[in-house]
Amino acid sequence: MLPGFKLSLGLGVFYLSLIVLLPAITLVLQTLEISWDEFVFYLTDPRLIAAFKVTFAAAACASLFNGALGLLLAWILVRYEFPGKKLVDTLVDLPFALPTAVAGLTLSALFAQNGWLGRWLVPLDIKVSYTFIGIVIAMLFTSIPFVVRTLQPVLEDLSLEYEEAAASLGASRSQIFRRIILPHIRPALLIGMALSFVRSLGEFGAVIFIAGNMPYETEVVSLMIFTYIGEYNYPAAAAVAMLILAASLLLLLVIQVIQSYYGRRHRKI
Amino acid sequence: MHTYIPRKPDRTGKVLVGLGLFFVVTLLVLPLVLIFFSAFRSGWQLFTSNLMDSDMISAIKLTLLVAVLTVPVNLVFGTLIAWCVTKFQFFGKKLIIALIDTPYAISPVVAGLCYLLLYGNQGLIGGWLDDYGIQVIFAWPGIVLVTIFVTSPYVARELIPLMESQGNDEEEAAILLGASGWAMFRRITLPNIKWALLYGTVLTTARAVGEFGSVAVISGSIRGQTNTLPLHVQLLQQDYNSVGAFTAALLLASIALLTLILKTIFEYLQNKKHTTPA
Repeated sequence: MLPGFKLSLGLGVFYLSLIVLLPAITLVLQTLEISWDEFVFYLTDPRLIAAFKVTFAAAACASLFNGALGLLLAWILVRYEFPGKKLVDTLVDLPFALPTAVAGLTLSALFAQNGWLGRWLVPLDIKVSYTFIGIVIAMLFTSIPFVVRTLQPVLEDLSLEYEEAAASLGASRSQIFRRIILPHIRPALLIGMALSFVRSLGEFGAVIFIAGNMPYETEVVSLMIFTYIGEYNYPAAAAVAMLILAASLLLLLVIQVIQSYYGRRHRKI
Repeated sequence: MHTYIPRKPDRTGKVLVGLGLFFVVTLLVLPLVLIFFSAFRSGWQLFTSNLMDSDMISAIKLTLLVAVLTVPVNLVFGTLIAWCVTKFQFFGKKLIIALIDTPYAISPVVAGLCYLLLYGNQGLIGGWLDDYGIQVIFAWPGIVLVTIFVTSPYVARELIPLMESQGNDEEEAAILLGASGWAMFRRITLPNIKWALLYGTVLTTARAVGEFGSVAVISGSIRGQTNTLPLHVQLLQQDYNSVGAFTAALLLASIALLTLILKTIFEYLQNKKHTTPA
């Protein structure tokens, strides 16, 4: 009925093929050229396995922390009135707007042993810059907005009546939280944390500034790929890239499933 | 529809708000303050001499060139794709939406690798272009292409939910009344999506200017030639020129702050527009 269908579809498909599909297919083709033995050889490099462990562990820590922090921030932004609320709401998006290199540079200076925050951690014998904790901090910083932004609309929808009913029936605050609020927000919380995890798996710019990049200890997978590329070892880079890409896509698929399951259940009510 | 009306925090609420503000200050405000402090730490003169350094100037110029070429492309195609998937029902629509979102799922370094393989000398397109003496990799065209990829979802993603919620009625009425396609778009659609479109553009610009990982792979970071501003931050830090690194960081952080301010304004205007008629 409306005009422009053929034009927009044609140009859109052309653009997406050229910009997204073709480069992605090139990566798949490059991976297919690798023999199975080579593939196993690349992926069993102990240095790479160590990098995988570090990356997954740090991304898990970062998304768990973001789950808690995101819940706290979304909660206070939806439920309470306080001075500076609008500013906090705006600042939550800062990690998306700030270039990752700037985030990495700044966080590593902030948490260095003579840094504004790092110096308070020295007496506690906690080192952040150039350690595993540094990687976690960089990852959690760059993915702070995900949980807050997925939870906010869900919390806004949560009607107060259920909580009031529960309270009038004698439920304690922790019971109300566990029995009423948590089941309602759980899918959104999981989705936010999964998005934060996916983002953290691939994070490069922010991490390399603060990680110290010691092989076997504080080296992440994206840096390994970057190193392979620098050595012109494209097959190894493609093999590892394929693996990380598959992991990310699998997680996004899980998110889709959670979303559609939740959507269906939600409509039934 | 029930919306919660926020109220003054009680005692538990005060503790929660305090805790939230503590994290916002340490993780979000303090880094910003540190950038400004570190750039000006050794005085105004060192800041300006770092700013006027020839490598810094060429990094700024290259970054602006990348943004100027990237943003219009993604603005036009993002709008076209949003139009196509929100106004029509057709087979394969889900696939198109999935393709728009793909760059979100691809890590920057992997994105850089894909473009390196495609446009490198042995690549599908790169080999062909090489015969004509056109160099994409380790040169500005490669940086532009990979930046287009990384920032391709933002305009479409801003527009799709909004255009979906607005439906087709107004446009259909315009067509029935005899408006041409272009007149309909300019007089009906564009005013409806104006602020979201502007925010999508601002976001695309901010991401294009700040892209690091994929550009690091594709550019080769040749000082004074293929060094964008974010890459220059790293280079200066490796040179132990902390003031210089933070000077470049300050420029980038200012763009980020401007983005946040514009976002707040555009959202306010879009909501106002969205709620006043009816």
